[in-house]
Amino acid sequence: MIASSRSPLVWVVHISVILLVVLWTLPTAGLLISSLRDKDQLAVSGWWTALSTSSQNLTGRAASPESQVERDGKFVIAGNLLEGGNSKVSAFGFRPLQPTAFPAGTPADIGDGQTLTVKDDGSYEIVSPTRMEGARGQRIFYTAAIPPRFTFDNYREVMRAEGIGASFINSLTVAIPATIIPILVAAFAAYALAWMKFPGRAILIAVVVGLLVVPLQMSLIPLLKLYNGVGAFLGVPAKTYVGIWLAHMGFGLPLAIYLLRNYMAGLPREIMESARVDGASDFDIFIKIILPLSFPALASFSIFQFLWTWNDLLVAMVFLGTGNNELVLTGRLVNLLGSRGGNWEILTASAFVTIIVPLIVFFTLQRYLVRGLLAGSVKGG
Amino acid sequence: MQQLLFAIATMAAGVLACAAYFFGTNWILDKLFPSKGLTGPLASRNLRITNAIRPWLFLGPALFSLTIYLIYPVIASVWLSLHDRAGENFVGLNNFIWMFNDGEFRQSIYNNFLWLLVVPAAATFFGLIIAALTDRIWWGNIAKTLIFMPMAISFVGASVIWKFIYDYRAEGTEQIGILNAIVVYFGGSPEAWVTLPFWNNFFLMVILIWIQTGFAMVILSAALRGIPEETIEAAVIDGANGLQIFFKIMIPQMWGTIAVVWTTITILVLKVFDIVLAMTNGQWQSQVLANLMFDWMFRGGGDFGRGAAIAVIIMVLVIPIMVWNIRNAAKEMEGH
Repeated sequence: MIASSRSPLVWVVHISVILLVVLWTLPTAGLLISSLRDKDQLAVSGWWTALSTSSQNLTGRAASPESQVERDGKFVIAGNLLEGGNSKVSAFGFRPLQPTAFPAGTPADIGDGQTLTVKDDGSYEIVSPTRMEGARGQRIFYTAAIPPRFTFDNYREVMRAEGIGASFINSLTVAIPATIIPILVAAFAAYALAWMKFPGRAILIAVVVGLLVVPLQMSLIPLLKLYNGVGAFLGVPAKTYVGIWLAHMGFGLPLAIYLLRNYMAGLPREIMESARVDGASDFDIFIKIILPLSFPALASFSIFQFLWTWNDLLVAMVFLGTGNNELVLTGRLVNLLGSRGGNWEILTASAFVTIIVPLIVFFTLQRYLVRGLLAGSVKGG
Repeated sequence: MQQLLFAIATMAAGVLACAAYFFGTNWILDKLFPSKGLTGPLASRNLRITNAIRPWLFLGPALFSLTIYLIYPVIASVWLSLHDRAGENFVGLNNFIWMFNDGEFRQSIYNNFLWLLVVPAAATFFGLIIAALTDRIWWGNIAKTLIFMPMAISFVGASVIWKFIYDYRAEGTEQIGILNAIVVYFGGSPEAWVTLPFWNNFFLMVILIWIQTGFAMVILSAALRGIPEETIEAAVIDGANGLQIFFKIMIPQMWGTIAVVWTTITILVLKVFDIVLAMTNGQWQSQVLANLMFDWMFRGGGDFGRGAAIAVIIMVLVIPIMVWNIRNAAKEMEGH
């Protein structure tokens, strides 16, 4: 407003916002780019170099002496180290300690009068004055410049071999019912707290506001005991999907009731008065008028609840098993961090699979999310 | 696939059961105490009775689950914290005495206070700055969306993202973690950041700040827009410059909102668990209360007494904010 009239200041604002945006998006961008890179390249160079050619130290083996051919009185083994592609060899060697002793194209003396030549396109030639012996080919160390390669291989790998695909289904199984079931329960309660008169209403609202901030940690141990008890009593496993749905519902209810009550309390009183004059009961008013009008608040809450149940780790770790058909994405990712700590191609691809659904929800329904946030916290002040 | 169908079927059954409950109980209530078509004292008596009962029918399922999942556990946790590991024998305050003598617990409390000092302050600060800056440029909304985005990412996902940034390779080899790459570029030597005692706390905090700044920004940005134009215009006429307007006009008017943002993030910080579990699992002196509590829940077959005692400590730390929230809500209710 005031600053926009002074051009240098405007530039400062623009540049600082660009810097902040870059700072906030770079981590996710790095993850996405890395997950699409070839896993050999990912392991040796930073993702910011993804578009430039990377150089790698590789080891190959020449074809075995059985394939030698006689040419001009000499014995020759020929072949190519690089199988196609646009890679280029810059240097090579035949001893592990001197892997880059010879520039590409120069002949290297490997003893017994034999010479090894590797050209920059990866083709090699071993020339010997006598017939070569042995069954194994010569080891060749070389440095190759490999052009950038992007692939979905990492994703294919994690979806199948690492069980991310199964966990994806498990996460959906947890999140969808845990989002839908509480809505109706919360909506009825919110209506009662917003528009019905009964003794103890103010206290109940205060209780709901208080429960909003009760740490989950308080609930874990007693509920675990309770679940174990109920499971033993009914002869069913203690850790089931039904159990976690109900748990998520219980933990989500305070926010749901609070958000919906605030929204419903803001609806115009006249609508309800005139409906009541027409002889509608509270039940009719709720079903036919309030519920349709509350759609934005219901949408806000659903998004919150979905993001929270999808992203949750703690509740799933306590109330759901760790079998292949129960482990959710977040849990699987934590396990992978332990077992595949150094395999970044697996971790980045898995992490991206876990965050893609929330990101889609976020970008398509951001409006409702913002509205819900504003209703959920500013009102409190 | 099969289990997804099962989930959808259960969901439909659950929703139908809820609907059936609400329809059914209301129908029975209206049948038992009919008021339509009746006149005189009977009708008004019935109307009074239905009006007294119906709210409780509406509230019933919600109150039931709140009681089972939140109110009962709070009481049970306090009770368990006074009992031994299986929750059978009363041990008085032994769990708490053990706790305050335990080095790991003291470390967690110390770290939690560091988190409480840094994260809410930093997230609110960045949120405020970004809200103020983006308010005055044409592509502000795009910038805000991008900064808000980490909010949708799970703590575990964010931990992987940042673990990749902090990745460490031995000196001399090419660094693939961007932080070490930058350090090396400027001539420093690479570090395994998350294993540095004390400082690793800050590297973990960055993750939560990264996630929560968007939240602070969205709410503070709305509060900024809510400041009446006239006050700002008046300040401009009086010759105030941009910074003066920001610090002397805008900030004082937003104290209430800043407090809400601050307390909301504070509560989140007290419950932070996933990030520490995924990044260090409390190693290298980075333990926090929530992770310690989870640890004791299962360590050596689970010590429910000690776990509950740690949970009670977290609860005690939350209570002041809870009281403050309830007071504010009550104040607002009076206005309603």
